[in-house]
Amino acid sequence: MTTGLTQPSVEPDLVRFDRTERIIHWTTASLFFVLMLTGAALYAGPLSTLVGRRVLVRDLHVIAGIALPIPLVLGLLGRWGRSLRADLGRLNRWSPDDRTWMRRHTRPDARLGKFNPGQKLNATFLGAAIVLMLGSGSIMKWFDPFPLAWRTGATFVHDWTALGIWLAVGGHVLFALRDPEALGAMRRGTINARWARRERPRWFEERNDPTP
Amino acid sequence: MAPTNDADPPPGTSAPGTSATRGTPVGRRAFLGLLGLGALGVAGGATVQRWLERTIGPVVARDPTGFLSLLPIGRFRIYTVTGSLPDRSRAEYRLAVRGLVDRDLHLDFADLVAMEPTHITRDFQCVTGWRVPDVAWTGVRLRDLLDRAGVDARATAVRFVSFDGAYSESLTLEQARRDDVLVAYELEGEPISRAHGGPARLYVAPMYGYKSCKWLEAIELTEKVEPGYWEQRGYDVDGWVGRSNGRDDEAT
Repeated sequence: MTTGLTQPSVEPDLVRFDRTERIIHWTTASLFFVLMLTGAALYAGPLSTLVGRRVLVRDLHVIAGIALPIPLVLGLLGRWGRSLRADLGRLNRWSPDDRTWMRRHTRPDARLGKFNPGQKLNATFLGAAIVLMLGSGSIMKWFDPFPLAWRTGATFVHDWTALGIWLAVGGHVLFALRDPEALGAMRRGTINARWARRERPRWFEERNDPTP
Repeated sequence: MAPTNDADPPPGTSAPGTSATRGTPVGRRAFLGLLGLGALGVAGGATVQRWLERTIGPVVARDPTGFLSLLPIGRFRIYTVTGSLPDRSRAEYRLAVRGLVDRDLHLDFADLVAMEPTHITRDFQCVTGWRVPDVAWTGVRLRDLLDRAGVDARATAVRFVSFDGAYSESLTLEQARRDDVLVAYELEGEPISRAHGGPARLYVAPMYGYKSCKWLEAIELTEKVEPGYWEQRGYDVDGWVGRSNGRDDEAT
């Protein structure tokens, strides 16, 4: 770039995730972690054998499950959730650039907003998964008022959604580890402008006020 | 010049607006679609699951890599009610037959396998919904053990005690005398593993899994049925598959 010299070398970082979003992300992630481990211990034969203590594991799983949506719901309700609500809006909307990005051979032409389509898919799936797991899990736990076929049906939904969650979270963690800067943004809240310009040009243009 | 905001696209960009307000709301549609699928799954999942276990279950069971067994199809779930998994070797194993009998029996594992073996292959159905197709069991008919001890005329029921220290089960004497009730020591041709209730466990073929007391330690003849662990917690004492606990599974 010929403009390289005119750009300040210590360009201020951009705010990517505010405190509310980061707290929600990491509390929800911790709960997911507990749920996935206890869930696996309840589900997979060899692991069940290894862990035992089924009653304790089950109670932990239920408590973590009930707690799971709380951070997100609290975050959405208050004034502190402005960025969160704005980001949900961004995750919801798909631009023509997102479609360009989805096709591998045209990917370099895509000028992305704050999130790439993979992040959008992941957020959409995991958001729905929280509701599905809570609903099906509740039927499994408090099955009495429901028709009996629902209990098996709820187990069915819970099992297959869990499989999807393992894949989605596994992919999410893998991609995060492959992009330390993006991961750092979820830890510290800020990201350097170079990354934003390179990876998320439309977001960079859209909120070009570097106020950390 | 107005600052860049949602309503004013910055000049020189091709797509209007910001990523938060413009574009197709694919996320919301997919989200609602998934919830709809989930609701369908709760309502119709039992049918789909039954179909999967009939069609794919046998494939999963025969997969040599064991990788497919991660799928929620035709698989055993290991349930224990105590903090740890009971552990007793075949050498340490003892089985008592006692209560209202002519003579108490104290059998070791060798005594058990010395008796005439019976092989049963049936579906295994859990009251929580999962079903494993065509599970092969080998064991001794409970009836033979009862006859060997000699049942007192006052006895009308049998109680089973697990060496996990907490679990118990029960059958009427009539149920206990059925051909398809075993004290089993082999599962799929292998010694029954610790997780599956080995070295020996009860296997009540026509009833839900909770009737098949794991880690069987004692068989007691009693005057009347004494409800077992789950039965004290609301499960039916007569746990026939498809005719109890409000379920309508295909009989096993």
